[in-house]
Amino acid sequence: MSLTSAHSVVAPSANSKLVAGTIIVAYALISIVPLLWIFATSFKTPPDSIAYPPKIVFQPSIEGYCNLFTTRTRQTPEYINSLGPATGFCDETVRKRNMVIAGPSNFLPRFVNSLIIAFGSTFCAVFLGTLSAYGFSRFKVPLADDLLFFILSTRFMPPIAVAIPIYLMYRELGLSDTALGMILLYTAVNVSLAVWLLKGFIDEIPREYEEAAMIDGYTRLQAFWRTVLPQATTGIAATAIFCLIFAWNEYAFAALLTSGSAQTAPPFIPTIIGEGGQDWPAVAAGTTIFLVPILVFTILLRKQLLRGITFGAVRK
Amino acid sequence: MADVHIKGVSKSFGETVAVDNLDLQIKDGEFVVLLGPTGAGKTTTLRLVAGLERPDSGTIHIAGRDATVLSPAERDTAFVFQQYSLYPHLSVFDNLAFPLRSPARKLSEDAVRRRVEEVARLVRIHHKLDNRSTKLSGGEMQRVAIGRALVRKPSIYLMDEPLSSLDAKLRADLRLELKRIQSELGATMLYVTHDQIEAMTMADRIGILSEGELVQIGTPRAIYSEPANLHVAARLGQPAINLLPAGLLPDGGAPTGTRTIGARTEHLSIEKAANGHGDGVVDWVEHLGDQNHLHVTVGPKKLVTLTDPDTPLERGDLVTIRYRMPLYFGSDGQRLT
Repeated sequence: MSLTSAHSVVAPSANSKLVAGTIIVAYALISIVPLLWIFATSFKTPPDSIAYPPKIVFQPSIEGYCNLFTTRTRQTPEYINSLGPATGFCDETVRKRNMVIAGPSNFLPRFVNSLIIAFGSTFCAVFLGTLSAYGFSRFKVPLADDLLFFILSTRFMPPIAVAIPIYLMYRELGLSDTALGMILLYTAVNVSLAVWLLKGFIDEIPREYEEAAMIDGYTRLQAFWRTVLPQATTGIAATAIFCLIFAWNEYAFAALLTSGSAQTAPPFIPTIIGEGGQDWPAVAAGTTIFLVPILVFTILLRKQLLRGITFGAVRK
Repeated sequence: MADVHIKGVSKSFGETVAVDNLDLQIKDGEFVVLLGPTGAGKTTTLRLVAGLERPDSGTIHIAGRDATVLSPAERDTAFVFQQYSLYPHLSVFDNLAFPLRSPARKLSEDAVRRRVEEVARLVRIHHKLDNRSTKLSGGEMQRVAIGRALVRKPSIYLMDEPLSSLDAKLRADLRLELKRIQSELGATMLYVTHDQIEAMTMADRIGILSEGELVQIGTPRAIYSEPANLHVAARLGQPAINLLPAGLLPDGGAPTGTRTIGARTEHLSIEKAANGHGDGVVDWVEHLGDQNHLHVTVGPKKLVTLTDPDTPLERGDLVTIRYRMPLYFGSDGQRLT
């Protein structure tokens, strides 16, 4: 073995690889074990889910998912026996617990609310953010630095600090418990992040591209659409993921401002606990399904997200 | 194609005067090169003609029409930028087709394709039309950039140092090609560079810019042999002109008021001193292969001239130096005749 390879500044040594690998694996385990536990719990029966010592190996069941999507009523065994044969797997499972399915639960509409509000607000924040960032990047905006600082300053406090004024304001305006109200709120929180992130990305795109397009007979808006946007997709995708994750996971405002028709999944899922005992498998099932959209979205845009996170680390 | 008339145009950015009261008339089909160092206002002049900047004062007429306040799209110019010329997200074909697909021009996709293929052959890139524009070499990229200007038939082509990022050989090739294309099309062209060889070989007329002002404009021959002042004289010639104080060497026939004498190779006769008494000493002979540079020390000054490849002169030789109709400059830097 040559000395140069042992002391290379580029290639990591075996030792540093081992240390780095250990840290990464440990961190991955710490992060992923709770998720795996939730995933496993969602396939347990209620008795298994509270068994002590906890069961690592168990008979999988979709009872949690049945309970998540339905509401049930307790009945006497005589009544249940008088019914006809069970109409499906869930029906059968529920009857074993002396219950019958009374109807669908609110989970699906709450989940749909979450989708509408999170994606709606992400779209608005990224749309507004892209246009503002382009403006700040390309035009001489009076007091541009002060305005950008002001936009950033809306992030200086946790958003929940203004919960009470917003609650009162929304009640006056009739925006409480509406999807529109939640979209506006999340857009307002996210737009500052979007402007700052996207300004960085758009600053990196040389303005010669638009100038060339404008000389070639395009208007500024057409030039923006045809030359800037295609080159900003990385930044837009990364920004969209950050905005979506915030809006999707937001709990405090959702719990405060929504209770009925516009309620999102985060405040809804804990309420399952109250319905007929502590139904942990149903809660875990709700959480598992809740994770899927972000997972899919992130995997789809994984490349852009990585480039987005390392953005600015390398200057040409 | 059309003529362009820039009249009394000034442009400042904050405190900096980029272009100062510029007058320039470009005739239909003429190839005008603006030559000057960085910061002389060359690029700003191009951007003013293209409409990317508005002049603070003065007017710009394109094809007889006042274009001073028109938007870039309305002026019908074509611009080749120094860098960043190609859209990285588009193929070579789509890059070339981009100007033709503008909503302002309603060309059929068929007509676009025919025109793109025609121009691709002109700039010799037709074999790479389907490539990603990022997968081209530097020379190919710049040929596409020039092609993108050529697909339209604008009133004037504006080129901002289109060859400066290329290596020497490519630059020489493209220089010839560009001149060939320009004369084939009879195109009106305003071309900006700091490379004197580009200016000398391509221009019908060269304009010398300095600190936002047009110092002199004329044919390459005139600019070279009759420079208006020291600044212009120093811009052209390889090796650079030798500027010597009057009285350093015998200068009989110098007009009164001569402060500086400008001497290029052809203005000097240098011979080995016959009697052990010379005007200067040979420093060294620089062999560059195709040409040789002779470095001579004359008192406190150094001279550089071209010399024969088989020159008998060697380092340390005493030489006599005589002027042969050099250029005379007065104390204000203007040339005296």
